[in-house]
Amino acid sequence: MNSPALRKVRIVLAVVVFIIITLSFVDFRHIIPDKWFNIILFFQFVPSILEFINLPVLASSGFIFVLGLTLITGRSYCSVLCPLGIYQDIMSRAGGRFKKKFRRYRYGKPYTVLRHVILAITLIVMLAGSVFLISLLDPYSIFGRSATYLLQPVVIFINNLIAAVLAFFDSYTIFKVDYIKIPFVVFIIPVLLLGLVSYLSFTRGRLYCNTVCPLGTFLGLISRISFLRIRIDSENCTHCGLCAVNCKASCIDFKNEHVDLSRCVTCFNCLTACRDDAISYGLVKISQGKAETEPDQDKRGFITGILALFAFIPRILRAQDVPVPTKESTVPENRTSPVCPPGGVSIEHFTKYCTACSLCVSACPNRVIIPSIMEYGIAGIMQPRMDYHKGFCNYECIRCVEVCPSGALLPLALEAKKLTQIGKVNFIKENCIVETERTDCGACSENCPTKAVQMVPYIGNLVIPEINNEICVGCGACEYACPTKPYKAIFVDGNPFHQGAKKPEEKELKVQELEEFPF
Amino acid sequence: MKRRDFFIKSVGAGLAAGAAFSMGGYRKLWGAPAPAAAYDMVAVMGGEPDAMFDKGISALGGITNFVKKGQTVVIKPNIGWDKTPEMAANTNPLLIKRIVEHCIRAGAGKVYVFDHTISNWVKSYKNSGIEKAAKDAGAKIVPANTENYYHEVTIPGASILRKAKVHELILESDVFINVPVLKHHSSTKMTATMKNLMGNVWDRGFWHSNNLHQCIADYATFEKKPTLNIIDCYRVMMRHGPQGTSVSDSMVMKAQIISTDMLAADTAAASMIKMSPEQIDYIPLASKKGIGRMDIENLIIHKIKM
Repeated sequence: MNSPALRKVRIVLAVVVFIIITLSFVDFRHIIPDKWFNIILFFQFVPSILEFINLPVLASSGFIFVLGLTLITGRSYCSVLCPLGIYQDIMSRAGGRFKKKFRRYRYGKPYTVLRHVILAITLIVMLAGSVFLISLLDPYSIFGRSATYLLQPVVIFINNLIAAVLAFFDSYTIFKVDYIKIPFVVFIIPVLLLGLVSYLSFTRGRLYCNTVCPLGTFLGLISRISFLRIRIDSENCTHCGLCAVNCKASCIDFKNEHVDLSRCVTCFNCLTACRDDAISYGLVKISQGKAETEPDQDKRGFITGILALFAFIPRILRAQDVPVPTKESTVPENRTSPVCPPGGVSIEHFTKYCTACSLCVSACPNRVIIPSIMEYGIAGIMQPRMDYHKGFCNYECIRCVEVCPSGALLPLALEAKKLTQIGKVNFIKENCIVETERTDCGACSENCPTKAVQMVPYIGNLVIPEINNEICVGCGACEYACPTKPYKAIFVDGNPFHQGAKKPEEKELKVQELEEFPF
Repeated sequence: MKRRDFFIKSVGAGLAAGAAFSMGGYRKLWGAPAPAAAYDMVAVMGGEPDAMFDKGISALGGITNFVKKGQTVVIKPNIGWDKTPEMAANTNPLLIKRIVEHCIRAGAGKVYVFDHTISNWVKSYKNSGIEKAAKDAGAKIVPANTENYYHEVTIPGASILRKAKVHELILESDVFINVPVLKHHSSTKMTATMKNLMGNVWDRGFWHSNNLHQCIADYATFEKKPTLNIIDCYRVMMRHGPQGTSVSDSMVMKAQIISTDMLAADTAAASMIKMSPEQIDYIPLASKKGIGRMDIENLIIHKIKM
């Protein structure tokens, strides 16, 4: 089969997938229904496999389909389903405009050792119980972080410009939206990785996918034996090299009439390029059992580059922002554990399965989920946590749980979430306005959805907070509302293991009905 | 287009100067004596929220006594929480709907509805039922979630809250209808008319950390006072306020209090939830500021039973 339609179908599918996934990450108006995310992200390989380990059900079995797809068609996943792959194709296309068409790409030898070492290390680290490397390198997660931290702010900026203009015409259908408030250092990882991927794809096509990406290497192991594959027909081939020039995976060695199937992403560009009807995509022929071993050659110090990147990270991480103490409150909050979002089960579970794709960060309507820096330790960098200085968890909302594709946040019904305690409230009387100023405040209690914080009589007419951790869910509404600076008078300390919260007691209201106005 | 004029003026003349300048313009509009009504307060009991408003407002001579043709009206309910109407944490949507309908029938040019919510504003507007109710009746629902909607004003009569950032709709509209819901309140014991005005400003943290009761009384002295106050006492949260934990926290009272006097309305409301006004510190403080009358026994109150 060498129909040009193949390439067109690939492009159409890729564009559709790319638009849908990108929209999912920049959906700051939260228009996409929670339930749809399961479908949209069904095929994302790394999140799916992590979720499947937790919940082996059909909804988390997307990776099995991908394995099957790869076995049959080759690495179509990389061309049609991987958002970062499609992004690279867009970049390559842009790059093509700056480079003369006929010299666009040429055959390159594979970095066989390097890419298998990266895959092996990633797998070893994963088996040792850390998703650090796979989170860092997983293409879906790289894309997610880039979209959340780099693209969404741009979209919000444009939205806010339009909102300002429309407000002049008294229209509020588009309204101003706040940005996700994230620490500056958190930008560095997505900027560096997206920068690397963009540069490589702009100049060298799919070099990232075929050198660094552990998933690309892994799928390459399967695509070597795929049923359908790209073939060169010796009889027709004139060795013009057009196929290789158009191969963004640099995997066609036209002189030897050989296609490196481990690197081919089945983009079908070669099919369209060939004028001699010498290249086709079809079922493997039995006779074609030639072993394909390539001499390994490490070029251009890629290892050095990658190692330098890793060596650089801890240095960046030291630049944490520390709150600058002013005057008022005096007792620092004694936090023993970060708070991970509901459904996270425990810090251990959450950090073990979260690939830091940041979809929950982008989906949270209350902007309370932000990427961590060192709170979960260095391996947990960018894995999201709850920051109650930025917002609080809406009692009636489980959007993060619904969108999480990797099983880091396990399904939790709304009623169950309302009885899940992700942290415990702590009251520091010495910092409280009621104590220091001797005036009423009560912002914490107002915001508390369960009344785990209640105002009780204090001196004279004053009321002061009293806490009850039996019914506290750890939503952080109290902490968010507390106006003391720099230290809060009330704060939520994370539960390393999420616990059950008791349901707030429902006593019958004993008030006499009003028959007449009492005034 | 007054709203836009205001905006341009504030930008042109600088923030502080602009605010003062435009305030001068408003005084003319707002200083006009309120139409003489036969009653200081109307209290209705025993009907649905909309029907009670119909009765109550007609006792005050109809909404046309307060809203003139072509005027811009802003309605400020309590939409603070992401709670459904049965929870009684927000103003009753039926009541808001009916008020909007009255304003539009009276020929109001534009009717706006907003609140500076505490829960996520999109969810609060939606789940309170107020967004739909107001839109169905022909009002425009306006966000109040970002600081750019607020403009700094000075409050000369204030003891503590001398400056505040107030939502532009409050500053720019001709008529301001305050529609709180009566509730128990954990920190101020009761929320109704004056406490509801806290949703007009941006920085509420300042109020909490700088003598909350005094700030409530201070803001009540701000010259853009409500033209009319309508306290929704249809469902009243008796404990665990201001957001409540369950439906059992509220009781169905089927009542409504309408008055141009914020203090009188709050004083009457206090007795509805069996509290003495002296217990609620901001009420005596507001009385000291001369906001209105605390001696409601000396007022002409028209009580309607349905």
